[in-house]
Amino acid sequence: MSPGSAARALALVFAAAMLQAVIVSSLVLGGGAPDLLLVVVISLGLIRGSVPGAIFGFGGGLVVDLLTLDTLGITSLVLTLAGFWAGRYAETTGRGRRLAPLVAVGAITVLTGVFAVVLHYMLGDDVVARHALVTALVPALVLNLLLALPVHALVRATVHESEADPLREVEVVV
Amino acid sequence: MPRGRSARSAALGLTVRRIPTTQLSPRSAGALRRRLAVGILVLLSLVLISLSFRSGDSGPLAGVQSAGSTVLRPLAVGFERVAQPFRDAYGWVDSLFGARSEAERLRAEVRKQRQRANQSEFALQENEYLRRLLRYLDGPRFPGDFEPIAAEVIGRPAGAFAQAIVIAAGSRNGVRVNDPVVTADGLVGVVTRVTEGTARIQLLTDQEAAVSALDLRTSAPGIVRHARGTRETLVLDRVPKQDVVRRGDEIVTAGWRVGSLSSLYPKGIPIGEVASVGQTDTDLFQQVQIDPYVDFGSLDAVLVLVPAERRR
Repeated sequence: MSPGSAARALALVFAAAMLQAVIVSSLVLGGGAPDLLLVVVISLGLIRGSVPGAIFGFGGGLVVDLLTLDTLGITSLVLTLAGFWAGRYAETTGRGRRLAPLVAVGAITVLTGVFAVVLHYMLGDDVVARHALVTALVPALVLNLLLALPVHALVRATVHESEADPLREVEVVV
Repeated sequence: MPRGRSARSAALGLTVRRIPTTQLSPRSAGALRRRLAVGILVLLSLVLISLSFRSGDSGPLAGVQSAGSTVLRPLAVGFERVAQPFRDAYGWVDSLFGARSEAERLRAEVRKQRQRANQSEFALQENEYLRRLLRYLDGPRFPGDFEPIAAEVIGRPAGAFAQAIVIAAGSRNGVRVNDPVVTADGLVGVVTRVTEGTARIQLLTDQEAAVSALDLRTSAPGIVRHARGTRETLVLDRVPKQDVVRRGDEIVTAGWRVGSLSSLYPKGIPIGEVASVGQTDTDLFQQVQIDPYVDFGSLDAVLVLVPAERRR
């Protein structure tokens, strides 16, 4: 990943984190809000691979936690794993699939939702599982899926570089 | 085959262990780097969570978070301002959805309240109506040689051609054909059909109804009939030109009796008030128009007047 591409990706993640913390999280539709940062991180993971996905997820989560004065590290942890999962999916079974962004966003939204509930529960926060996993998660899933393809196209256009496929190091195992 | 033994040594049955190579393949190295990077990030996140959670608002991490938040705050304000029009637009659209559901809820509430108010209004009107009937029964205008049978109106005219009502009292209650029917306001009509439990009343506004009546002030006689062309207006017909009838005079039933014959209606039951008086040179009689006291469109209960001698 070239420095220019990395800088653009960093700016994109930062902007997405700011937007998420400032405006997107308040756009509640049907009980849930879209997670723009999560979709951006997943797209970066799909395009750039698992390690960059994890790094950008960690950084974006850190910005959100700083802005929202939430327990530092929670969003970082969730988005680190989200970026990593997305990258691993792209590096293995999702490689070259057109619907990979939709599959990744759908699956990871549900997984991160469940993971976040468990994490908050472990930290002793009051979590109403029904609200978090049904009332909020289902609309968020739909909204994230709506965002998936346009955001993926935007991320691809932003971090695009002429070098060869960054996932080239992966060997195809038969 | 046990780990560390080649296929050849396994085939030969040798126990010589293969010396493992220290050089990692590019694939293994990539996987290791990947796991290491993610492991570090996860560990870092867990450390942050632990420190943030343990130290609370007073620990060193709180200071870092506060400083970070302070640094990011101007940017957040900038984003906020840029995003404000979009937020307003979203708020506007959201309020439209909210307003629609709120309006629907309020509409349903209004419907319910209106229904209650109507029921209360009906109950109030019915109460007042029945009170007036009671006052009429005890008052001096109620004909002395008759007894009342109070009955609820259970059927109304279905169209313009049937000026009649059906009441919930019949022969079982002592009602007979040609019994006069009144309310506290005045004459309603006459019973034309009777069953065991119901009776049909021909209203004064029916085309075939006719009642001998007189002007209470001047005793000018006439016959009250339905006025052609209008639904609830009556005329006092057959009033000689020499008799004096003025606007505002009260018209009541005449209640005549000749030998063994008598009018169906008792004497002195109010019918209405003279609305207009007119005459032409060619007519033999005056044209007297009457506004009936009874509102034939809103009858809830009536009194059937039964001769007292029949009840005994």
